[in-house]
Amino acid sequence: MRLLAAILALALSAAAAQAVEPNEILKDPALEQRARAISKKLRCLVCQNQSIDDSDAGLARDLRVLVRERLSAGDSDEAVVRFVVARYGDFVLLRPPVTPATYALWFGPLLLLLLAGIGVVVFLKRRRPEAAPAAAPLDADEKKRLTALLADDGLSR
Amino acid sequence: MSDMSDMTESATTRGRTQHLLYILPVLVFGALAAVIAYFMLSGRDPRLLPSALIDQPAPEFKLPPIEGWEGRKPGLATGDLRGAVTVVNFFASWCVPCLAEHPQIMALSKMEGVRVVGINHKDRPAAAKDWLTRHGDPYARIGADSGRAAIEWGVYGMPETFILDKTGRIRFKHVGVVRRETLKETILPIIRKLRK
Repeated sequence: MRLLAAILALALSAAAAQAVEPNEILKDPALEQRARAISKKLRCLVCQNQSIDDSDAGLARDLRVLVRERLSAGDSDEAVVRFVVARYGDFVLLRPPVTPATYALWFGPLLLLLLAGIGVVVFLKRRRPEAAPAAAPLDADEKKRLTALLADDGLSR
Repeated sequence: MSDMSDMTESATTRGRTQHLLYILPVLVFGALAAVIAYFMLSGRDPRLLPSALIDQPAPEFKLPPIEGWEGRKPGLATGDLRGAVTVVNFFASWCVPCLAEHPQIMALSKMEGVRVVGINHKDRPAAAKDWLTRHGDPYARIGADSGRAAIEWGVYGMPETFILDKTGRIRFKHVGVVRRETLKETILPIIRKLRK
């Protein structure tokens, strides 16, 4: 029980740990919240699978500061994201935008699901008529043979 | 007896279509493996990103010279990049790969018809000066960048090298060390083409 509590405490503290340093945080809480939301959407290009909000890399820090500067200067959230995308490309977005180049990414799984669904329907439809007919009851002769077989222990031969 | 042969026949045709179905996963796997093998063997490093700035004008920036080096090399701004084919090299004294590519940058600076400028990224002035003194200074101008210029240029690691045409438009970007082969096979042909 104590171990569980310790593990829980560790897990929670890990979740609370942030890359954002105290001196980066904006005084205006609403602005800071917008900055955090934007930072979570932007990829740290040095570590590539972390957002700049999670990363301790120097570039991530610079980008966090930049996001806050642009917001403080009065930019909208979209303008800030556009500013970064214009310099680093769509790859900087952790959630790739829907463009012709990413259609396969966005709609591929749906297409596969659809194909699989069609496959299942076809499979079930084809199987039904082939289902085995209900077994006919045994006639007197067969019953007699069955009793004989069951009585035979296989050793008496 | 004839019943029996009928049954086995229908069983074999059914078996045949089923066999095709059984092979399908193997085919799908094979196709997938081929695609993956293609990308693995193509030598393309997925960590290297294409620049979003290709064919865009150089970003607006203005950098002071390295502190204590201003007597030798002036700072760097957007306006300094027009009028000749220019190589913009991001470097730092703390960056070991930068040292590996330094001979290639030195060679470029001795070429006719190309201007080589440097952006010294997040460096201590004393360390940068020491590095340039020890290894040679190939740059016509050097801007000292605290990090913002790198973002303007879409730089995400050291070193990175850009080639700009005479109008100051970015035409090529190389991420990482400019090796001797990179210089010969990629960079020089591009410079030759842009110089015309």
